[in-house]
Amino acid sequence: MPKEESEEYLEAILDLSAGGKPVKTNALAERLDVAPASVTEALQRLGRDGLVGYEPYKGARLTDRGRKAASRVKRKHRLLEVFLTRVLGMGRKTAHVEACKMEHALSDKAEAALCRSLHGPQNCPDGEPIPPCDVDVASCAACIAAKRPAGKRDGRSAVPLTTIMPGKAARVVFVRGGRSVVKRLCDLGLTPGTPISLLRSAPMNGPVEVRLRGCSLALGRGIADKIFVESDGSTA
Amino acid sequence: MSCHGEQPEPEKGSTGELVIALVGNANVGKSAIFNQLTGLEQAIGNWPGKTVEKAEGVLLHHGQRIRIIDLPGTYSLMARSEDEKITRSFLLAGRADVIVNVVDATALERNLFLTVQLLGIGTPVVVALNLVDVARKRGILVDSSNLQNALQTKVIPTVAVQGAGVHELVDAALAVKGRPRKTTPASLRYGPEIEKRIDKLASLLSFLKTRQPSRWLAIKLLEGDRLLLRKLARRDPRIPDAVNILSDECSSLHGEPCSTIIASERYALVGRISQESQDMVSDEGKKNADRLDSVSMHPVWGYVLMLAVMLTILAFISIVGGWVATAIERAFESINPRSPEWWAQLAWNGGFVGLYAALGVALGFLLPFYLILSILENSGYLPRIAFLMDRPCHAVGLHGKASVPLITAFGCNVPACLGCRIIENRRDRLIATFLSTLVPCSARTAVILGIVGTFMGPLWAMSLYVVDFAIIIGLGRILHRFMKGASVGIIMEIPPFRWPVPKLVGKQAWARFRPFLETAVPLIVLGSLAIEGLRQAHALDEITDWMTPVTVWWLGLPAFTGVLFLLGILRKEAAVVLLASVANTVDIPSVMTPVQMFVFALVIMLYIPCIATITALGRETGWKIAGLITAVEIGLAILAGGIAFRILSPFI
Repeated sequence: MPKEESEEYLEAILDLSAGGKPVKTNALAERLDVAPASVTEALQRLGRDGLVGYEPYKGARLTDRGRKAASRVKRKHRLLEVFLTRVLGMGRKTAHVEACKMEHALSDKAEAALCRSLHGPQNCPDGEPIPPCDVDVASCAACIAAKRPAGKRDGRSAVPLTTIMPGKAARVVFVRGGRSVVKRLCDLGLTPGTPISLLRSAPMNGPVEVRLRGCSLALGRGIADKIFVESDGSTA
Repeated sequence: MSCHGEQPEPEKGSTGELVIALVGNANVGKSAIFNQLTGLEQAIGNWPGKTVEKAEGVLLHHGQRIRIIDLPGTYSLMARSEDEKITRSFLLAGRADVIVNVVDATALERNLFLTVQLLGIGTPVVVALNLVDVARKRGILVDSSNLQNALQTKVIPTVAVQGAGVHELVDAALAVKGRPRKTTPASLRYGPEIEKRIDKLASLLSFLKTRQPSRWLAIKLLEGDRLLLRKLARRDPRIPDAVNILSDECSSLHGEPCSTIIASERYALVGRISQESQDMVSDEGKKNADRLDSVSMHPVWGYVLMLAVMLTILAFISIVGGWVATAIERAFESINPRSPEWWAQLAWNGGFVGLYAALGVALGFLLPFYLILSILENSGYLPRIAFLMDRPCHAVGLHGKASVPLITAFGCNVPACLGCRIIENRRDRLIATFLSTLVPCSARTAVILGIVGTFMGPLWAMSLYVVDFAIIIGLGRILHRFMKGASVGIIMEIPPFRWPVPKLVGKQAWARFRPFLETAVPLIVLGSLAIEGLRQAHALDEITDWMTPVTVWWLGLPAFTGVLFLLGILRKEAAVVLLASVANTVDIPSVMTPVQMFVFALVIMLYIPCIATITALGRETGWKIAGLITAVEIGLAILAGGIAFRILSPFI
C-alpha cells in the first residue's frame, strides 16, 4: 500500500473518530470518495500493519501507533498550510489542497525545520490546533533556541498535565489548542512558568481539577491533555 | 438572575446623574455590593456566571442620584461568552463615570489581572477589596494601603454581605469621578521589549480620536483583540499590518504567541503586587476545604452524595408539599358554606377553590423548593455538580457547565434559559437552552407530585421524572448528532464552599416566590372564576369539544382536560390547581383513572414551555427557533402521551 494512501486513510480516521467511537466503513468511503469495498480491503491491510484495529460491521479505530502516525501527518499538513498562507501569501483553500499533496513528501527533519522557522505556530490558518511534535524539548522556545549557537537545550521534557500524579508540583511549559481556549486559559492564569498541581480527575476520562495561583479550576479532559507541564516529582 | 426587560441605554450624563459600574471576576460579590447599595434583590450565589445580564439600580447618596450597574463577571476584557460581551461593550462604550472593580481578597493574583486592564481604560477606577473576612479566616491578610500604593488607585476593604465598607466605596468613587488616570505608574509597566512595541503602536493610534487611551488600545490589539482591530482598521488601514508586524516580533523573541506573552507579563506583574500586599498566615482553612472536596468531588462518593442530595430534596418537597396542600384544603373546606345558590357556587368553586389550591401549591411546593435551591446556590455545590456531570453531559454533546443552568431549570426554566449564556459556544448554548425548557420546573413538580404523587404514589411520580430525563437525553443526543460543531470542553472556576447565610437564602427565595404570589395567584383565581362561570352557563363543553380528537381519542383523557391544557400555557401549575374546578370536585380519583392522571401529568410536563419561558426563549434564541422548539415539544408531548396511554391501559 503506497505511503500516501495509507496516510490519507489514517488522517481520515483521525478526523472522523471524534469521541473515540469506531469509524464506519461507509463514512470513510464517503470521505475519501472511494468504493466501500476498497475501504474494507485497505483497512484490513492497515490492520495487518498494526496501525488500525478493524472489526467488520463495527468499524475502524486507530491503534496508538496509528494515532501517532496520523497526528504526524496532520501536523505536517497544518504546518504547511501556515507556511503557504503566511509566507507565500496563498489563499486558504488553495493552501489546503497543496498541503494535502505536500504533506506526504515532507520528511520529519524538514517538518521540524519548518516548525522552527515559523516560530512554532500553534494553529493552522483555520484556527485548528497543530498537534505537538515529539521532539524532546521543554517548549517551542527551547526548540527554536536550540538552533541558535548560544542556546542550550535543557534536559527535562514537557508532558501533558493529565499524565502527572495528583498532588505533585508542576510548572506550565506551554499550552496548545484553539486560539480562544489558549487565550481564556491565559486569562485564568495558565501562563508559561506558572506553578500548577493536579487535584483530582473525574472517572472515565472526565474533567480534571487543578490548583493554580490560589484558585481551583475544572478543565475538560481534552483541554487538560493539551496543557504541557514539567514536574520534578516533588509534592505540591 | 431576576428578569429585567431590555431598556434602551440613556446617554450618560444626560440627566446629570453619576453612573457607577461594578466590574470584576465571576463570583466575587458584585451583586452583593449592588444589593447593599440599591436595596434591590439581585440574586446572589456561590457559582461563577450567575449574573448574566446587567442589572440597574439607583442610590441616593447625600442627596445625589447615582445609578449603579451590576455587570456580569469577567476574567478579562476579551469577551468570549455572551455574558462577558455585555460587560465589555458596556465599558468600551464609555457609559460608566466610575468603575468599581470588585476584587476577591482570597484570590488576589487572579483578580488583579483584570484590575490592571481596567486601570488604563480611561475611566477612573476604585478597587473594592471584597471578602476580606473570608480571607482572614483562611489566613490571608491583605494590606490595602500597600495595594493602593502599587496600583496607584483607591482601595477600599469591604465585606459585601454585611454591607461593611460599601458606603466608603461610593465616597471614594465620587472623589475620583472625572479624573481618569493619565500616566501609567512604573509598577504597572511591562517588560522593555513589550513596552517598546506598545509605545510604537500607541503612537500610531494617538492620531485617531478614540475614547480609550491609545496605550490601552495598543495593548489590546497586541493581545489579538479582533473586534477592536476590525473597528480601528476602518479608521486607519495601516493598523492591521502594524499590529501583525509588532506581534510577530514579540512572538519570535519568546517563541509564544504575543497574547500569551502579554498575559504572562501581566501575571508576573500582578504576582509581584499581590505578594507585596498580602501575608499568608496559615493554610488551615484551605486544608479543611480540600478535605470536604475530596468527598464532594470523589469519583464514587461524589456521585453517591449528589444522588442522595437530589433524592432527599425530591422526597422532602413531596412530603411537605402534600402535607401543606391538604392542610390548607381542609382549613378552607371547613368554612365551605355549601350553599346551593348560583352566586355562592360561583364564588366558592370559582374563587375560593382556586385560591386555596394556588396557595397549597405555592406554600407546599414552590416555597420549599426555592429555599433549597437558594441554599444549593449559596453553598457553592453547583460547580461541583458541574464537575461531576461533565463526562455524563458529553453524552448529549454538552459539557459540565451546562449542568448548572440545567439544575436551576428545576426551579424555573426562565432563568435557566438566560443562564445558558455562560456557555461559550453557540451550538452548545442552543442545545442547552432547548433541553433546559424540558427540565421539570417547580410548576411541573407541583403537577407531578400534586396529582400522580398524591393519588398514585411516589414511585409513579419518580417514573415520570425518569421518562422526562430519558427524553432530555434522547433529544440531546439527536441534537448533538445533527448540529454542526464541537464543544471545546469545560473551563470553570471551582469556588470554595461557603456556609449559606440564612438571611440571604431567605431573601433570595422570597425574591423568586413573590412574582408567583403577585401574578400567578390572581391569574389562577380569575381562571378558576372564568371556568366556573362557563360551566354555569353550560359553555365549557363547547370549548373542550374541538379538542376531543386529541384529548379523548388519542390521549384517552376526560374531555374537560382540554381547557386545562389551554390554561396551562399561561402557568403550568394552573393546570393542576384548576383541575378541581374543571372537574367540579376535589376528589380527583372519582373522575380520572390512574392511567389518565399519569398521561395528563406527562402531557402537561412536556407539551409546551409556559408563556414566560417561550418569551425568554425568543429573546435568547430568536423567535423562529423558539417557535420551532415549542412545536417540537407539543408534538413530543402528544406522541408520548398517546403511547403511554396505550402501553399502560392494559396494566392499571
